[in-house]
Amino acid sequence: MAYTKAKIKDLVDGKIDRDTLQTMLSTPKDADRFVKYLEILQEQVPWDDRIILPLGPKLYIVQRASDKKWVVKSQAGHEFCDWRENWKLHAVMRVRETPEEMEELYPKLMAPSSDWQVIREYYCPKSGDLLDVEAPTPWYPVIHDFEPDIDAFYTDWLGLKIPERAA
Amino acid sequence: MNMQTDIKGIVRGGQTLKQHRDEIMAKTKGTGHYAGLTERALHKESPILYNKLFSRLRAGVVDARETAKKIAASPIVEQEGELCFTLYNAAGDSILTSTGIIIHVGTMGAAIKYMIENDWESNPGIKDKDIFCNNDSLIGNVHPCDIHTIVPIFHEGELIGWVGGVTHVIDTGAVGPGSMTTGQVQRFGDGYSVTCRKIGENDELKRDWLHESQRAVRTTRYWMLDERTRVAGCHMIRKLVEEVIAEEGIEAYWKFAYEAVEHGRIGLQNRIKAMTIPGTYRQVGFVDVPYNHEDVRVPSDFAKVDTIMHTPSEMTIRKDGTWRLDFEGSSRWGWHTYNAHSVSFTSGIWVMMTQTLIPTEMINDGAAYGTEFRLPKGTWMNPDDRRVAFAYSWHFLVSSWTALWRGLSRSYFGRGYLEEVNAGNANTSNWLQGGGFNQYDEIHAVNSFECAANGVGASAIADGISHAAAIWNPEGDMGDMEIWELAEPLVYLGRQIKASSGGAGKYRGGCGFESLRMVWNAKDWTMFFMGNGHISSDWGLMGGYPAASGYRFAAHDTGLKEKIANGDPIPFGGDTDPEHPTYDAMVNPEGIKRDKQAITTEEMFKDYDLYLNYMRGGPGFGDPLDREAQSVAEDVNGGYLLERFAETVYGVVLAKGADGLFAADEAGTEALRAQIRKDRLAKAQPTREWMARERERILAKDAGTHVQQMFAASFKLGPKWEEGFRKFWDLPEEWQLKEEDLPIPSYGREYSMDLSDLPDVKTVKFVEE
Repeated sequence: MAYTKAKIKDLVDGKIDRDTLQTMLSTPKDADRFVKYLEILQEQVPWDDRIILPLGPKLYIVQRASDKKWVVKSQAGHEFCDWRENWKLHAVMRVRETPEEMEELYPKLMAPSSDWQVIREYYCPKSGDLLDVEAPTPWYPVIHDFEPDIDAFYTDWLGLKIPERAA
Repeated sequence: MNMQTDIKGIVRGGQTLKQHRDEIMAKTKGTGHYAGLTERALHKESPILYNKLFSRLRAGVVDARETAKKIAASPIVEQEGELCFTLYNAAGDSILTSTGIIIHVGTMGAAIKYMIENDWESNPGIKDKDIFCNNDSLIGNVHPCDIHTIVPIFHEGELIGWVGGVTHVIDTGAVGPGSMTTGQVQRFGDGYSVTCRKIGENDELKRDWLHESQRAVRTTRYWMLDERTRVAGCHMIRKLVEEVIAEEGIEAYWKFAYEAVEHGRIGLQNRIKAMTIPGTYRQVGFVDVPYNHEDVRVPSDFAKVDTIMHTPSEMTIRKDGTWRLDFEGSSRWGWHTYNAHSVSFTSGIWVMMTQTLIPTEMINDGAAYGTEFRLPKGTWMNPDDRRVAFAYSWHFLVSSWTALWRGLSRSYFGRGYLEEVNAGNANTSNWLQGGGFNQYDEIHAVNSFECAANGVGASAIADGISHAAAIWNPEGDMGDMEIWELAEPLVYLGRQIKASSGGAGKYRGGCGFESLRMVWNAKDWTMFFMGNGHISSDWGLMGGYPAASGYRFAAHDTGLKEKIANGDPIPFGGDTDPEHPTYDAMVNPEGIKRDKQAITTEEMFKDYDLYLNYMRGGPGFGDPLDREAQSVAEDVNGGYLLERFAETVYGVVLAKGADGLFAADEAGTEALRAQIRKDRLAKAQPTREWMARERERILAKDAGTHVQQMFAASFKLGPKWEEGFRKFWDLPEEWQLKEEDLPIPSYGREYSMDLSDLPDVKTVKFVEE
């Protein structure tokens, strides 16, 4: 099964019709999804760098147009770091660790107890977009949550040429 | 001369069960294909027959479940569908399973393998028309209230497979009433435990078993009817297999019984390649065990401590589509009922995967053979002590698995399969449990399964579904109030959506719901709470927030009898905003318990007392400031969100219309959101600056004892994990954190004794340890 680019765009925009959604969920996956998906996202970002892999609604691994280096970049255009690093270490963040800070998000009693659990919010320094939320105990290391094997993904799994990557 | 080969075994062809399983395992290990099936001959030569066998057997297994459950009287089985039937080959590997609580694909197989490895074949003997019963969590069951009935299937005098049926019974005679109790801290208080016992011959249950088992539990009638449910389903499936063999021949059935498992293994590998991205994924789950509280009455001082359960996980997806899940750094087992066997931990992961990675009807042990698990021995999900209790293993099973959704969802998101993204599952609680004498003047126990309908995590394209599902039963259902009122001496004063329980996000987590119950016509009655409180185990994803955490509300000596007689106002509906409660002014304030202590043990209740049963929500996805403003207005109108959070969390300015409904003020919202983004940055700091300050706190050991205990226990069992922690924080050699230095007891830290240390016991190893 393959879907039109318009249908994939509907999906990205959260507007997919229920019949198509049901088909997407219940039938084998469309192998060309990734290529169409990247095209759609590329049209939506305000910069020219080539998207290599989306990491979140407003976060990407991109090939920097100027020097072909692969970096982690936000929708708003902030470059965090080399694609292999943990971008959160290069972000700005806020830690909610008092009841008052928790109760901005949850009603009293429905908030986590801040001496057991904190909430860490990682933002894009350029736009203030909230890119990730961690909710561990105090002292917890920042999690490097994803290290993709992009070479194997592109070549072995999808049969795509790996975009140029400067060292 | 090899004596073994001269023994005539019961398996088709003359092998003993042990010889047969050894051969299957050796061929699997030697070739990388289940049972050495590098080629699936039946599937290749007769694909139509193969698929016919599959469809007929699968339909029959599902039919058996649907028919048999009507025999049960327990609403847990009859209403909630807490049962499952699975067909196994002679080696104890599952071929296919019904719908329902399919975690037991693995657990009943583990029981069969235990019988095989411990030579049940020679003693007590395995004959046609035997019936076995098992609920032993030390050999693979999830918790003692899941009772297995296992029946061997013979053809012309030779064993060709097994069928197993399981139901979640309402009471197992544990220290406290209810199926998943909290008061005991060791297995010996978990209630009736049966290890693969032969309980019937010639299709008839033995009288000694019937007499013993029914008095071992509180809810005898439910127990007996549940057993008849399981036996009836097993016998239906046995008959089905006999009919299929009569029509299609034993050769075809026999081949199918092994090829189907290999089919399942290959299917998983193909799906991994088709849906994910190779690489390494890391995530973590936590849950609170707040036992240092006056309302947690446990028998042992050493158990009366606050602790946190911790499970980091690293998921590696390789280029060839194989994968490995490593849980290095997980907490040690503990003195509570939240421990789990490795089989229930891994088998439960298949329940998750059937909802995403392998959404087929071909659910069998093939997926287990296609996955490498590493669960360090001594952890809470692979305990090395035979005293551990399991009654509510789900407390952390659901909280540790929810992290895996995030890992998988990163790959789905990266590939564009947004329809598969799920921010996580809810912590499936609260569990309203208790017992005493009910409205029918009988000894009774209750476990309200309303929380088979929690909120679902958000996806990348839509909100999570509210009050809809539980991770352990894909057919989640909250049950009818009228049925619960028949089963429990508790009338409903309210049932409504739990506002703000779903995590915020561009797409919000589904909300849970809450029921206000008033004790009515009960005698000598107790109840307790069971759920997460201090910790929300379900994080959000990619900017989404965690689901709300739990709390308790109970009221004693309420004075409601008089108020009802006088026609005065009484509490109705939900505890809509616990920050501004409305119930409390209508009952005796002295009797109210309203706090974060979401786990308690048996507490006395009498008629007119109140109990709030709050079911949790799911986590959110994406930045809440990106949520459509009108959706937020609809959330408030629909009771999914408390009004004040529209502005503080979502940045949405609401305007109330003449009809009393809110609508979004788009211009006001745009301005407020711009301001919030500025405020975020004003309050933020570079991550590395925060890290420098947090490091100072670590060096000064500035954290609660429960937090320090969690890290110290993980360091001890997970040296690699400790190494990663020390490296991340750049800690000096002299900084050490050890449980023995903390001001709380840590029994079990140094001394433990495994089940395998008992004489004549051969445990089966299912994972890398």
